[in-house]
Amino acid sequence: MIQMEQPMISVQHLNKQFGPGCPHCMNPASRKLYKNFCTVCHTVYSCQDVSFDLYPGEIIGVVGESGSGKSTMMRCLYFDQEATSGEVYLQAYKDGIRNLFAESTQQKRYIRNHLMGKVYQNPMLGLRMDFTSIGNIAEKMIAAGSRRVSEMEDRGMELLEKVHIPLHRIKEAPKHFSGGMQQRVQIAKALSNRPPVLLLDEVTTGLDLSVQASVLDLIKALQRELGISIVLVSHDLGVVRMLADRTLVMLDGKVVEEGLTDQILEDPQEAYTQQLVHSLL
Amino acid sequence: MQINYNFAFFDESSKREIRRATLKAIAVPGYQVPFASREMPIARGWGTGGLQLTLSLVGLDDIVKVIDQGSDESVNAVSIKKLVQNTTDIRTTDETAKATLIQSRHRVPEIPLRAGQILVLQVPMPEPLRMYEPREAETKKLHAEKEYSGAWLMLFEQIMNYGSMTTGADHPVMVHDRYVMAPSPIPKFDNAKLNSSEALILLGAGREKKIYAVPPYTKVVSLDFEDYPFETESFEDRSCRLCGSTGVFMDELYDDASGTAYFQCNDTSYCLERMNEQSWREGAESR
Ligand SMILES: Nc1ncnc2c1ncn2[C@@H]1O[C@H](COP(=O)(O)OP(=O)(O)O)[C@@H](O)[C@H]1O
Ligand SMILES: [Mg+2]
Ligand SMILES: [Zn+2]
Ligand SMILES: [Zn+2]
Repeated sequence: MIQMEQPMISVQHLNKQFGPGCPHCMNPASRKLYKNFCTVCHTVYSCQDVSFDLYPGEIIGVVGESGSGKSTMMRCLYFDQEATSGEVYLQAYKDGIRNLFAESTQQKRYIRNHLMGKVYQNPMLGLRMDFTSIGNIAEKMIAAGSRRVSEMEDRGMELLEKVHIPLHRIKEAPKHFSGGMQQRVQIAKALSNRPPVLLLDEVTTGLDLSVQASVLDLIKALQRELGISIVLVSHDLGVVRMLADRTLVMLDGKVVEEGLTDQILEDPQEAYTQQLVHSLL
Repeated sequence: MQINYNFAFFDESSKREIRRATLKAIAVPGYQVPFASREMPIARGWGTGGLQLTLSLVGLDDIVKVIDQGSDESVNAVSIKKLVQNTTDIRTTDETAKATLIQSRHRVPEIPLRAGQILVLQVPMPEPLRMYEPREAETKKLHAEKEYSGAWLMLFEQIMNYGSMTTGADHPVMVHDRYVMAPSPIPKFDNAKLNSSEALILLGAGREKKIYAVPPYTKVVSLDFEDYPFETESFEDRSCRLCGSTGVFMDELYDDASGTAYFQCNDTSYCLERMNEQSWREGAESR
C-alpha cells in the first residue's frame, strides 16, 4: 500500500493571511469570515490550516474556484512567499525531519534550486522571456552550482527535446514562443536538477484545448518516466481528473474534501464538491 | 568676475560625506555604497562619480593625472583636469609614476601602480546584475545573499549567442570571494591589474550614486566557466608602431594612405615615455 511509505512532502497546518487580524477573526475555531475575508479588519485568510501528504511518485491534484488559495499555497511551498504559520517536511531534505519554513534564506534557496521545480501559470514568472530557452534551463543549474557550459548545454538540449522544443529553436527567447511552448520550456527548466518534487500551478490554464491536452500528456509521460512527485493545481476539475491519483478540494482557503480522484468524482461528499463535479458533467 | 569656490569645489561637509562613503567602500571590498551624488558643473555621465571621489580626496601635495580611454589629451580628460586645477591649484601630470591620484575612464594604466597611489575609475553602470534584474531592491538582496547565478547566466548567454564570452569590457569580477563587481568598462586585458593591486582602487558612479572599492592586495577574480576560462584580448605578435612595445593593450588603427592596419599603445603617456626613453638612450649612445 502506498500509505505505508514515508511521504515525499508533508504539509501540516499551513496558514497564510494578509493583514494583522483582529479579535473578531484571530481565533480559527470561532472566526466568522465572508468567504476568506474578515469584514471587520479586512484581513484575508488565503490558506487556513491546509494539511496533506504527497507520496513518492504520486500526483496530487488541488482543485477549487478562483481565490480559494491554491496559488498562495504553492507560493508558500516554493518560498515565493512566507507562510504565516505551519510546517512542511521534505523527505529529500535532511531525511524529512526539518520544518522547511524554519530554515534560513540560504537553505530555502538551496531547497528551491536542488529539490524542487515549479511551473507558473504566467510564464513571465517562471522564465526570463528575453534570454535563450537553453539559458533559462542553465539558470537553474547555475543556481545549483554548475560551472560547466558543456554539461548545462547537454542537459538543456536533452530536456528541451523531451518537452518537444525543436533543436533549432533552443537558442530562441521564450518571448517568441507560443503559450504552449513557453509552458513546455518552464517544465524543462523545473526538471533541470532532477528534483524529487514538482509544483505545477495552472500550467494549462489559458491554453487552447488541443494544446492543453498535449501539455497534460507530456506531464503524464514525464511523471511516469521520472517517477517524480507532483502537486498539480487547477481550477479545472477536468485537468485534475486526467492526471491526479488523489485530489484535494479547496474553498475559501480551506481543504473541504480529500480522497482518491475517482472516488471524489463518483461520490462527492461535500455540497461544494458535488457542485464542482456536476458542472463537469 | 571671479567666483570663489571652496578648495576642491565642494564644501567641507560634502567632501567629508563622500569620504565617509569611501571609507565604508574600502572596508567592504566590492560592495556598492550609496552616496548623495552632488551636482557638478559637468554633465552626469561624464565622470562626475570619479570627479567627486577625486575632489573629496585631493590635498595640496597631490599630483593628479586624468586619462580618458588611455589618453591624457582627450577633451574630456583635459576638462576634468582643468576643473581640478582651477579649484585646487594643485599640480597635474601625464606621467603615471609621478601621480599620486589617477582618475581614469575605461583603462588601468600600463605602468604598474604602486603602494600609496590611488586609482579612481569612472563608472557608468555600477550594478553587474542590472541586465539580469532591473529592480534595485532585488539586486541588493542578491548581493546580500551572495546569489550570483545571474552574473554567470549572462556569460552563459554570451557563449550561447556568440560562441564565447564576448564582454569586451566591464567583465564582472568576484572581489575578495564575496561581492561580484562591475570593474567599469575597462578592457578584459586590465582585469588582471585589479588583482592584488598595490594601489587603492576606487570606483565612482555619479548618476547611479554609488561608490565602491578594491583596497590594496585584494583578491579579484574574473568570472568564468570550467570549460570556458576567462581570456583577455591578445596582442601577442603585435607591437606598437610608435614605441615598439609588446604585451600592452593596443588600438588597431587604419592607415588610409597605405591601406593597412597597424597597432599602437592605447595608453598614450606610456607610449610617449617609451619613445622618450628610446631617444634618450639613442642620444646617449651617439654621444
Ligand atoms: N498579496 C495579497 N494581498 C492580499 N490578498 C491576497 C494576496 N495574494 C492573494 N490574496 C488573496 O488570497 C486569496 C487566494 O488567492 P489565490 O491563492 O491566488 O487563489 P487561487 O490560486 O486559488 O485562485 C484571494 O482571495 C486573493 O485575493
Ligand atoms: Mg491561482
Ligand atoms: Zn479581523
Ligand atoms: Zn607605444
